[in-house]
Amino acid sequence: MMFQHFSLAHVVYLLRATEWTLLLSAVALVFGGIFGAIVALLRISAYSPLRWLARAYIYVVQGTPLLVLLFIAYFGLADLGLDLPPLVAAGVGFTLYASAFLGEIWRGSIEAVGRGQWEGSGALGLSWAQSMRYVIVPQALKVAIPPTVGFSVQVVKNTALASIVGFIELTRAGQIVSSATFQPLQVYLTVAAIYFVICSVLSYLSRFADRRINTNAA
Amino acid sequence: MYLDFSGTFARSDLLVHAGIFTVVLSAVTVLLGLIVGVIGAAMRLSRSRLLSGIAAAYVEIIRNTPFLVQIYIVYFGLPQLGIRISAVVAAVLSLTLYAGAYITEIVRAGILTVPKGQVEAARTLGLGPYLTFRHVVMVPALSAIFPALTSQFVLIMLASSVVSVISVPELTGVANDIQGQTFRSLEAFLVVAAIYLVVTAAFKALYALIDRQLFSFRYMGR
Repeated sequence: MMFQHFSLAHVVYLLRATEWTLLLSAVALVFGGIFGAIVALLRISAYSPLRWLARAYIYVVQGTPLLVLLFIAYFGLADLGLDLPPLVAAGVGFTLYASAFLGEIWRGSIEAVGRGQWEGSGALGLSWAQSMRYVIVPQALKVAIPPTVGFSVQVVKNTALASIVGFIELTRAGQIVSSATFQPLQVYLTVAAIYFVICSVLSYLSRFADRRINTNAA
Repeated sequence: MYLDFSGTFARSDLLVHAGIFTVVLSAVTVLLGLIVGVIGAAMRLSRSRLLSGIAAAYVEIIRNTPFLVQIYIVYFGLPQLGIRISAVVAAVLSLTLYAGAYITEIVRAGILTVPKGQVEAARTLGLGPYLTFRHVVMVPALSAIFPALTSQFVLIMLASSVVSVISVPELTGVANDIQGQTFRSLEAFLVVAAIYLVVTAAFKALYALIDRQLFSFRYMGR
């Protein structure tokens, strides 16, 4: 037989590739989170050039398609003479992307904590770092968790774009199976269903966190 | 590492055409998406559980799957059912479906901000269901959601880059062609990124202008 028939073995192959989707999402969220925290801090810095730097960074990243960002990270790293595995190249692109969005989400969360809290902790003699650590962040976290989990849905979905720069994850695996079986409809519907399960769970968690936190606050 | 933009700049006519293509493609899909979104929101809020369920399922399916996979299903999957469409039609169709789902949710939130009493008052004054929906619900709802709507429009324009995978000649696709000819990949994508930033800024300025025109009542007395 010339073509394979889309079978359970292919579904298992797709599920194995899903591990790479999840790994890339985790890399994006962890490193994007670290740099996003820095972006958020720069964005609320008392020193205006730092604020502008963070604003410009967010503006550029949010005003450029993620796909173009991935190409720039991919070819830029290659131009620097670095021969990096696809996971690292894609990871760099996604870190840029996630840090800008998380930075903006977390800036909003920090600013949602009233000024009085800063003034109060200042009056109690807490340093900037102590106010942040013991007063502001614990309150900002409540505001930040639902949109952060919501953003992770975007990250999981957008890792599909890494398939275009040669990273083998769920969507790329779908392309491979599709060319082997010539049954693109069944294959891509299966791929879509796998994403749907992951993203629905995350969407549900985001709504659940939102409800839990808002009830506690009331 | 050195940068050589000469090859990319020599093909600036291609980039101009592609830029126009991206702008037109996103304008068309935003308008179609808005129509789908208003219908979707009306269905979502209708008393019929069937209509509301269909709209909810549509929104959940589109929002929880990658746009890239949606394009593959439309462009590679539909021909299997005997539906053959060109790449551009597939691009418009998938972008509209994608945009429509997000816009449905935004419009729905907007309609929910309109107090019930306002609708009841309009009905009491003798306005029919259509006129009430059009003037008493949609106008204040749209004005409330306009900022969210326009940032979604910008996201749709940026998402249109993904249709380059089915060789639609928009900005990202043309950047890909140029890098294939010049072998200066980074340069081609840097230039295209700059064009996207300009288009983003232009769209944002346009939306601010439309906001002032359409919803001038919000700015009265300021």
